[in-house]
Amino acid sequence: MEQVNQGVRENVYPQAAQALYRTLSQAAISAVTPIAAVLVALAFGAALLWLNGFNGTDVVTVMIFGSFQDARSVAEILLKATPLILIGAGLCVAFRCSIWNIGAEGQLYVGAIAATFVGTSIDGLSVWVHAPLVMLAGALAGAAWAGIAGYLKVRFQASEIVTTIMLNYIAIILTSYLVTGPMKDASAAYPQSARLVREAWTPRIVSDMRLHIGILVAVVLAVALYIFLQRSSRGFALRVVGLNPHAARYAGMDVRRNVMIAICISGALAGLAGAFEVAGVTHRLYQNISPGYGFEGIAVALLASNNPLAAIISGGLFATLRSGSEVLQITSQVPQVLVLVIQGMVILSVVAFAKFRDILRIAA
Amino acid sequence: MSAKPFLRIDNIRKRFGPIIASDGVTLEIDEGEIHALLGENGAGKSVLMSMICGMVRPDEGEIVYRGQSVRFNSPREAIRQRIGMVHQHFMLVPNLTVAENYILGQGSALKVINDMDKVHAKIRELSDHYALDVRPDALIEDLSVGEQQRVEILKVLFHGIDLLILDEPTAVLTPQETDRLLALMGELVKDGKTVVFISHKLDEVMRVSNRISVMRDGRVVHTVNVAETDARALARMMVGRDVGMELPRSPAAPGRIVLSVENLTCRSETGLPAVRGVSLDVRAGEIVGIAGVSGNGQTELSLALSGLLPVDAGRVVLNGTDITGLEPARINASGFSHIPEDRHKHGIVLSLSLSENTILQRYDQPPFAARGMLNRRAIGEHTRDLIKRFRVKSRDEDQRIGDLSGGNQQKLVVARELARNPDFILVNQLARGIDIGAMEFVMEEMLKQRDSGRAILLISTELEELFAICDRILVMCHGEILGELPPDRSRLDELGLLMAGKTADHLEQPALAG
Ligand SMILES: Nc1ncnc2c1ncn2[C@@H]1O[C@H](COP(=O)(O)OP(=O)(O)OP(=O)(O)O)[C@@H](O)[C@H]1O
Ligand SMILES: [Mg+2]
Repeated sequence: MEQVNQGVRENVYPQAAQALYRTLSQAAISAVTPIAAVLVALAFGAALLWLNGFNGTDVVTVMIFGSFQDARSVAEILLKATPLILIGAGLCVAFRCSIWNIGAEGQLYVGAIAATFVGTSIDGLSVWVHAPLVMLAGALAGAAWAGIAGYLKVRFQASEIVTTIMLNYIAIILTSYLVTGPMKDASAAYPQSARLVREAWTPRIVSDMRLHIGILVAVVLAVALYIFLQRSSRGFALRVVGLNPHAARYAGMDVRRNVMIAICISGALAGLAGAFEVAGVTHRLYQNISPGYGFEGIAVALLASNNPLAAIISGGLFATLRSGSEVLQITSQVPQVLVLVIQGMVILSVVAFAKFRDILRIAA
Repeated sequence: MSAKPFLRIDNIRKRFGPIIASDGVTLEIDEGEIHALLGENGAGKSVLMSMICGMVRPDEGEIVYRGQSVRFNSPREAIRQRIGMVHQHFMLVPNLTVAENYILGQGSALKVINDMDKVHAKIRELSDHYALDVRPDALIEDLSVGEQQRVEILKVLFHGIDLLILDEPTAVLTPQETDRLLALMGELVKDGKTVVFISHKLDEVMRVSNRISVMRDGRVVHTVNVAETDARALARMMVGRDVGMELPRSPAAPGRIVLSVENLTCRSETGLPAVRGVSLDVRAGEIVGIAGVSGNGQTELSLALSGLLPVDAGRVVLNGTDITGLEPARINASGFSHIPEDRHKHGIVLSLSLSENTILQRYDQPPFAARGMLNRRAIGEHTRDLIKRFRVKSRDEDQRIGDLSGGNQQKLVVARELARNPDFILVNQLARGIDIGAMEFVMEEMLKQRDSGRAILLISTELEELFAICDRILVMCHGEILGELPPDRSRLDELGLLMAGKTADHLEQPALAG
């Protein structure tokens, strides 16, 4: 016999309350899972360290909180977060368009080269002109470098995964060549470029700390990219192209154009990150200007589920772990590989939790 | 109590957030029967069947299978108990072969790969036995929708099942293919299997099933023996009112030529000749139909017209402007609407919301965009309006369109394309997956569009659809238009002959390669 169960069907809450409840519960799920993921990974990390004969919990505590000792060390974290947020947020745009740009590292290097060129070859400009010019040069160079891979993709269907990786090698080796040859500071013993003129330097936030305004630029750009993706017409087209290129074509979107735009945006932000490394931190171009920010940026975007806003947080987290590992190296015997392993576990755990979150979402 | 039922679904409940998909469903299936499941779009048929086959887990209630309470956590577990389902939307990996798709996800894949010859042989054997015409080494992406359907059915048979669930299997089939499928169901029952099948087509339901259950708002409201009912009564049970099988319509008043196609020739995506010198005109205020067995160039014709496939020769003129080979954006902008054949490939973006899907073509035009930014208020209002007018069953305009039932997705596509205020509407399979009540509504809408002076080209494998609303019917075979007939049911035989490639004087057309 059929049972009559009218009660369930009736709206228990009014519409608005339901919508609010839905938004809040989704937000809670989005926010809680990455944090839980990181905690679980760190717990495993602690266990791993313990197995290797270290006091796991102490080490992990140092990793996270060790770098939060004073204003100066916080500033150092933010300094590291700058390129990670820039690159991560930029890659969110490319990944949303289903373009697998693995070349942020190379784009960072060419950005650094361009910034060095503009910062050393011109003199006599005011800081209001020269510093932004350096940033612009870096961004344009990064965009152009990424644009090569984009062009090869839309014109010859060359996989951007392959081409961006190859362009990484070219950019890094080109940098080595330049600082040992054409751009080498003649007076220096080491391979390095001349020093950028003062006006080209990225202004600092507080005069006696290395932290520069790049972090503000990074945060503003991440927010802007979020709005761009979610609220603008162009961002909408990029997302449609990424989700279903057939439907995008059917709807009259220019798939190639959108692919070019997306890859160039990600390249521009990586190039800008390179400009900040030179103009804001080292003030000279070196061979190893980046400790792998371009690759870590991929993890930043991944951890942020390709949401530029979330890339601010995940970029900050990776910067914290990076600083923490430096503190560890100075204060303890923990080998750096173990620290890298723990970082890897964070990424894996986040991916696993993201899957779990999708299941929760459906259930909610 | 007589014999225990083969499968008993007992008071099952399932909700997705605020949406109640199953509201205490109770249903019994007997061994060896063909049991049809009817119901309006969104009544909860697919969700119920997905729970039986382990795709979706019920919130409450019990499934008793062969006297035992079962709870499947995955389709694989269901298959192991010999329950298999062919879904409304296919679940094949496009860039793998048929055989590779079959062994995908099988625990012993490695072992199977070594035995690939055996797999191929088994597929060929089953295909021959049931006359399914499936080649084990064919790539899925090269197959037509109808062929993919047969691949899906054979896949389930390949794994060995006693209970076969078919979710709207005939929605994508031609009448001939449908006949074959219905015969196949009979054979399966003879081989001792049980079939549950979902359909919106009452005639085929009446033809093959033993019992029929009707769902409404997440419950089974009636189960009847086929001998004790008829199509009219079923329609009433489904939608709660009489549904006219014959639409009232005034004679067409064709005006100027809106779309003119001259000698259009193009190849399929795989490079084979597909459309061979098609010429036709569509005038304002008329609906021209194209009948034909699927795979005779209709897909390519509609893609070429809409700019999605390169044109090798010929011309397409819309409103006096040559649109041959233009980008889809330009074609769309010149008053061209297109209800595509494959809605999941072209028609919608599954993971976007209803709102986002309604502005797919107009995302950068006012009122939906201003100064490069989306106007979410205008988009939401417009979408809500379409949802209301076309009775799209959904939570709200922000719901993911992929979570709608199949028929409701189609309704939104139709609504979107008509709302774009086109001069010409290209339709490839109008009512795919739409229930009879909604079908009547959509057809009335098309007639209204016609009467307001739009030109409509309706490509369909569904003769009923063509007879119901077309003013004249062209027949396509082997990429050519073989003839034209009035929409007169008494000339069905002639139509059938033309569709089989036999021209009026019964001359055999030379067969094409591929
Ligand atoms: N994953 C999901 N998330 C949210 N809602 C869902 C989901 N799947 C189904 N629904 C909702 O459950 C209801 C029943 O859907 P179902 O697909 O079973 O309909 P149906 O009877 O098969 O309709 P159709 O004839 O159109 O295929 C619909 O309102 C649908 O929107
Ligand atoms: Mg369904």
